[in-house]
Amino acid sequence: MKEFEPRIIAFCCHYCALAAADVAGKMEFQFPPSVRVIRVLCTGKVEILHLLKALEAGADGVVVIGCKFGECYFREGNYRAQKKVERAKSLLEEVGIEQGRLRFDFVPGPGAKKFAAILSTMTEELKALGPNPLRS
Amino acid sequence: MIVGERKPFSEILSMVEGDSKILILGCGSCVTVCMAGGEEEVKILGSQLRMAFRRNGNNAEVTELVALRQCDDEYLEDTPLIEKVKDADIVISMACGVGVQHASTFFNRVIDDKTIRVVPALNTTFMGANIDVGEWHERCLGCGDCVLEKTGGICPITRCAKSLLNGPCGGSFNGKCEVNKDTDCAWHLIIERLEALGELDNLKKIEMYKDWRPSHSGGPRKTVREDMKI
Ligand code: SF4
Ligand code: SF4
Repeated sequence: MKEFEPRIIAFCCHYCALAAADVAGKMEFQFPPSVRVIRVLCTGKVEILHLLKALEAGADGVVVIGCKFGECYFREGNYRAQKKVERAKSLLEEVGIEQGRLRFDFVPGPGAKKFAAILSTMTEELKALGPNPLRS
Repeated sequence: MIVGERKPFSEILSMVEGDSKILILGCGSCVTVCMAGGEEEVKILGSQLRMAFRRNGNNAEVTELVALRQCDDEYLEDTPLIEKVKDADIVISMACGVGVQHASTFFNRVIDDKTIRVVPALNTTFMGANIDVGEWHERCLGCGDCVLEKTGGICPITRCAKSLLNGPCGGSFNGKCEVNKDTDCAWHLIIERLEALGELDNLKKIEMYKDWRPSHSGGPRKTVREDMKI
């Protein structure tokens, strides 16, 4: 049987995570091919509904990756994103979907290594959780 | 504005048990502003319901709509909306309690081939003001006989835990209420405001007991403007 490769949607801040993704690609830091990157101008723009809809549509995990706290280009976007992820987690728990399918994290500007590490860790965690139960 | 909070999901889920066509109807006014029952919240509840149904192998269909106001016929008199309501087994209203009741009465008046079930998704909490992003505080109890002109524009009925008309009580401490240390003592605020206004003399007048008949204690109230009626 083919090994389960979790599908991850990664909402990436244009100013840090996206740059890190680029560098990661160029420096050949491996991150799982099943990750789909969605560029956002700031993680503060990611709404709770985006997170829920991604899971409703069958993603196995959703991660929002922004700048380090204190370094957001729009000052507080990453704080907002972190809070929205927390709220979305509690909404998911209400419907019986594991909170571990959602995650907020950050990378420093050129943090290609950390970017790849976040996605690899999340992939391993999702493999342990198994596929999104909504897909079965 | 009217402030509300969404009920726990499990409570909403139990209201729609056994229904296969569910319409979620948001309200585009007060509860949109307090982020409890507007378009965004309708979509979030819709998404949660679909996910919960899919987990349980339930094929129920969820439709999402928003009326600009649910407390006024004018915004419910919409043929596509009425058709959707007719088609649904149950309507989950995300308006305040006023909207839920009004929508239920309206739909049952205009639709005669079936009785429409309308249930609330929110707990309506109070009439209040937006104090900070994501924060609302209660400001008026609708007592029917406003006294704000005597109290520097700060309501002792609502904001004093004991609704004192001649405050403060002995429990006021460092500007905070003895009932809850996070709440400002309304009478402390009133005295500060009256001082700034040069109206401290107001405090020398003893307010007699309040006539509560114009309040809800006299039963449900109504306002009629005869000049507007034909
Ligand atoms: S139904 Fe309630 S929430 Fe909607 S506009 Fe009327 S008072 Fe406001
Ligand atoms: S005095 Fe009565 S009407 Fe005036 S703000 Fe207070 S509760 Fe509302």
